[in-house]
Amino acid sequence: MALTLMEGNEAIAWGARAAGCRFFAGYPITPATTIYNAMLRLLPPEGGICMQGEDEIASIGFCLGASMAGWKTMTATSGPGISLYSEQISFAIGSEIPLVIVDVQRLGPSTGSATKGADGDIQFLQWGNSGGLPVIVLAPVDIRDCIVLTMQAFNLAETYRCPVFLAANKEISMTRETVDLDAIALPDIINRRQADPVQQFLPFGTSGERLTPDFLPIGGNRAVRQTSSTHGPDGYITADPELIARNQDRLQRKITSQADRFVFSEYDAAAGAETLIITYGVTARAAKTAAEALRDTGTPVSLLVLKTLWPVPEDLLREKAAAYSRVVVVEMNLGQYVREIQRVLSDRDIRFLGQMDGELIKPRQIEEVVHHG
Amino acid sequence: MDSLLNQDRPPVFCPGCAHERVVAALDQTFQGMGLRGEQIAIVSDIGCSGLFDTFFNTHAFHGLHGRALTYATGIKMARPDLHVVVTMGDGGLGIGGAHLLSTCRRNIDLTLLVLNNFNYGMTGGQCSSTTPQNAQVGSGFLNRLEKPMDVCRVAGAAGAAYTARASAYEKDLSDTLATAIRYDGFALVDIWGVCPGRYTKRNKLSPKTIATTLEGLPPTDHFRKENTREEYGRAYRHEAADLPPAPPPQGIETLHPPVTETRQEVVFLGSAGQRIVTAGELLCLAGASAGLQASQKNDYPITVLRGHSVSEVILSKKAIGYTGIQQPSVVIALAAEGVTRRKKMLANLTEDALVIRAEGIAIPSCRATVVTVDFKAAGIREPDWALAALATLANRNTALSSAMLQTALDIRFSGKVYDLATAVVGKASA
Repeated sequence: MALTLMEGNEAIAWGARAAGCRFFAGYPITPATTIYNAMLRLLPPEGGICMQGEDEIASIGFCLGASMAGWKTMTATSGPGISLYSEQISFAIGSEIPLVIVDVQRLGPSTGSATKGADGDIQFLQWGNSGGLPVIVLAPVDIRDCIVLTMQAFNLAETYRCPVFLAANKEISMTRETVDLDAIALPDIINRRQADPVQQFLPFGTSGERLTPDFLPIGGNRAVRQTSSTHGPDGYITADPELIARNQDRLQRKITSQADRFVFSEYDAAAGAETLIITYGVTARAAKTAAEALRDTGTPVSLLVLKTLWPVPEDLLREKAAAYSRVVVVEMNLGQYVREIQRVLSDRDIRFLGQMDGELIKPRQIEEVVHHG
Repeated sequence: MDSLLNQDRPPVFCPGCAHERVVAALDQTFQGMGLRGEQIAIVSDIGCSGLFDTFFNTHAFHGLHGRALTYATGIKMARPDLHVVVTMGDGGLGIGGAHLLSTCRRNIDLTLLVLNNFNYGMTGGQCSSTTPQNAQVGSGFLNRLEKPMDVCRVAGAAGAAYTARASAYEKDLSDTLATAIRYDGFALVDIWGVCPGRYTKRNKLSPKTIATTLEGLPPTDHFRKENTREEYGRAYRHEAADLPPAPPPQGIETLHPPVTETRQEVVFLGSAGQRIVTAGELLCLAGASAGLQASQKNDYPITVLRGHSVSEVILSKKAIGYTGIQQPSVVIALAAEGVTRRKKMLANLTEDALVIRAEGIAIPSCRATVVTVDFKAAGIREPDWALAALATLANRNTALSSAMLQTALDIRFSGKVYDLATAVVGKASA
């Protein structure tokens, strides 16, 4: 066994490369900058492109153009950049442009604290687009996740032709850690489905049970249309309410109806446990440490770590929580994802531990809530 | 060649709109150049100019207001052989000003047609970045307060080599557009025309006055001489061709026994410039060389060469969960800035803990064993104290051994830096 010392952001970059990413554009921002640095080392020598936009809007714009030209693309930023990405994110959702967006979260609101961690963007990532359509958000816990979930993010972006977020955190992205790379099972790579070059091509057309349109690149040997305007299957503006409704419904269902296919999580059940801790991201690490300490001192607790945050894995939550009288939700904000848990597990006794001071939630705080909360 | 106009979707501009003349001229240009639809991408944004992509049977990308140049840049980088033509109005010009400046600076091979009709047509004729101060527009008195910009001079100042002004009514417009498209680099054509739906309802503007005004504007030919250079995409590929591939992440084999079975939590308290983060990394590498899991969590402000620098390293036989420090086994105190950040932690240290303190650095009284080292007297410069402290620890066989430290140095450094680091370790061990 050989151990490799890596930072989370480096692992995200290597994961992107392993997934087939050939185009990266970003604007430097702590704590996401080292992804850009790593992509600049990785891509250009291999014929890929890494660009620094004049701002975040340009960076994601480059990615949208390159993605429609057929390349796998990624961008990375933090809260202030996600804010600037917003209208381009809405575009990518509505016009079905595959893209991986890494949000290395830092303490907000606003410019907040560049070098302090938080999970304060968890609702923003889902709802920070105009139109309110569903998105996919994955949340890594450690270096292994930074590699594997980044690859999964690409696979999902390609499969469903949509933006996929990786909700990282300064405390994962800028923390170095040893990892046994050989022990990681990498997922198979998925590429977007190309349209039959002989058949008539409708840029947003779907047939049969399929809800995601097949793809042809801009710059290929058949003229292709892309548009941010409300469009029909042919990619031209439409005002037909029936066509509009059908498309909106498809955009919603192509994600929600398939959501059970990409539920990533870790469940660690303890015999005799009455409490289930539900958490995600870097806080899962404190929760693991707390669960071990609690078990060692005679209080068994179970732990559910969510790695797919959006769409909310409702079936998983219901199934795993069924055996417990009490649920403790822990997250690095003042109570964002707990709302979803309360909604899904409305008949449970749910306790909440949140914190937003730039510090990690400590295992002892979690133990305290399990004992007395 | 056949016309590339989309016969199913004829232009829908107001009667008399200058945009329609540009559509016709652009089609003539494409025909004259012998281009097929799949060799061209028209990238547009919002407003009347944003309708252009629908009138042609070419690749089309219609996006957000002012952002057309951003998509076009991504498309061109991914598809260097494609002719990418961008249409923007004077509205998109204003909202996407930063993108215009950067595209000029890059000199990427895009052709930007600015369909300049001096107001926001679609939303009610409000003022734009090119509205004359004496015009009557839908923004009340506001345009009287803002100077209109000369797109070509702005673009030239930002680094564009090819800028041209044209009237939508001039006979040789399609030739002007062909020259711009053929130009090997970023080319901008500022095309003036009337907006009968809004602007000319309240302002006098005719093909003749446009021609006269254009003639009176300062020339921009000199930008060609000043700014001609290699096209961005080609220059990018030239630079990239010489770059060595990134080395793959390095695996560290287990070469040494660990010095203890107990989890070690080591905290470096220093200041910027003391290479605290590098020392923390060396300790992690040393741990990995003994088969230990390692994590390093750093804390520093946004300033670069000022302020505290704190690094928290955990070495453990078991997988590391929480990466924060719970019960430090070693604290290395090298600067007041770092000590101030962790006063409470120092005061709560147990008797088992060891503190390596640089001579002259005050720490709160605590129960831990405190070893004071006079790095300065040993001839060690302050930026090397953190590394020297690791050597001090290795000499005591605490947290790491000398062999582990040596392996870390072998992995992390080479050449001159390696020699300097080895010399520091030698001095600290003397």
